[in-house]
Amino acid sequence: MQKFSAWSLLKEAFGGQQGWQPQWRRAAPKAEYDAIIVGGGGHGLGAAYYLAAEHGLTNIAVVEKGWIGGGNTGRNTTIIRSNYLFNESAQLYDHSVKLWETLSQVLNYNVMFSPRGVMMLAHTVHDVQVFKRHIHANRANGVDNEWLTPEEAKAFCPPLNIGDDIRYPVMGAALQRRGGTARHDAVAWGYARAADALGVDIIENCEVTGIRRDANGAVEGIETTRGAIRTRKVGVSAAGHSSVVLGMAGVKLPLESFPLQALVSEPVKPAFPCVVMSNSIHAYISQSDKGELVIGASSDSYNSYTQRGSLHINAHTLAAICELFPAFRRMRMLRNWGGIVDVTPDRSPIIAKTPVKGLYVNCGWGTGGFKATPGSAHVFAHTIAHDEPHAINAPFTIERFRDGLLIDEAAAAAVAH
Amino acid sequence: MLVIHCPYCGPRPELEFRHCGQAHIARPLDPSAQTADEWGEYLYLRENPKGMHAERWRHMHGCGRFFNALRDTTTDFFVTTYKCGEPRPAVSGTAPAGGQR
Repeated sequence: MQKFSAWSLLKEAFGGQQGWQPQWRRAAPKAEYDAIIVGGGGHGLGAAYYLAAEHGLTNIAVVEKGWIGGGNTGRNTTIIRSNYLFNESAQLYDHSVKLWETLSQVLNYNVMFSPRGVMMLAHTVHDVQVFKRHIHANRANGVDNEWLTPEEAKAFCPPLNIGDDIRYPVMGAALQRRGGTARHDAVAWGYARAADALGVDIIENCEVTGIRRDANGAVEGIETTRGAIRTRKVGVSAAGHSSVVLGMAGVKLPLESFPLQALVSEPVKPAFPCVVMSNSIHAYISQSDKGELVIGASSDSYNSYTQRGSLHINAHTLAAICELFPAFRRMRMLRNWGGIVDVTPDRSPIIAKTPVKGLYVNCGWGTGGFKATPGSAHVFAHTIAHDEPHAINAPFTIERFRDGLLIDEAAAAAVAH
Repeated sequence: MLVIHCPYCGPRPELEFRHCGQAHIARPLDPSAQTADEWGEYLYLRENPKGMHAERWRHMHGCGRFFNALRDTTTDFFVTTYKCGEPRPAVSGTAPAGGQR
């Protein structure tokens, strides 16, 4: 792996930028691997990286049906935070935030992690009470979160309209200063490059079409559009298509796939210093380093695999943005798109072993998986390597739906998708 | 925006409707006789097909009635809508292009 440093940049500058090498090899599938990760998004690539870096499994592959970073990893609104209500969630998401803080150095790849603060607006008495409860629960779990008055919120985010003449005036805000954004493509590319350097084969344009099982029902390989590959361990990290892939092994999970939309504006000069989200009226906004306003819309109400959604969902979000940030009323939106998110009944992920020996799953991230990328990948790698969950993901089982041990972030998640 | 054919009111914009999840789920007649697995499946396990999906809709801002629909989740085309209590129409495969939206 070509290491990035001030020296390498300088050297290439003088060499006319002709010496850069591809970030990862164009690997062809081998006949057999010790483990295979299905899905080349951030979660899958990260799991492959941690398997190689921390668990010594280097004869492994990531198979991706499209290209690296072309799925939900490249479609989300890049927001990072860990202010979840329940203890289990706080552990998981804060594990992730801690990994984000050093990820660029660890991967030698600038993921542009920017802890600029995530501010969640309260518009009703209920919001105020719930957010204050969140703040206390977070602080008891060692997760930073603080209450701001409307004036303090305005000082933190000057474009915010705190006037009382709007339909849902701002009554306060909860601010997590360690939250922020990162560049989502760079996360996938950084993990892919670092995993490749440790010997992991990253196989793009390779769609899984079947999961082979032996006489005892255990996994013995996968079938793909590029041929069959033998392996005893398969980790599925397929986001919206988790149900489809797991269905190949006869495993049915409590997941439903929905379109989730986002949109960006034309790029403008730096005008928006933080991330602002509002549950109640559904606004969700930050500004990328390119200058675009990045706006998250809601998920559509119906199951779909179309990677698009209905336009009224975006219009609804833009109405809220215009009221909260009147300065943006005349901004033009450049692009909108959808991704397919797999949602569990309690809106918490499943990172677990399945009833099929050798088959592991990391799914159900719903509308908020990007923030968890490093932490999720890290504990998923542990689960695959040891055939046992890490202490952090032990509660995130499939069986919790049978046993009634839900981690019910459905109401606690920051945006009411 | 989808245009949805309510079996009672005809084609109306999606905004008038509410999606209500998978159709044809019968509540067990004797819940206390269910095993934990069966009850968990009844509460939480849903079909998530990439293809034809039988689902409930409610015409919230219209007649207010529930009905069922067959929709292809790879195209979002509705193949048909039908009244509650009627069996799922025998349609398989994917929706034809240009079908009922």
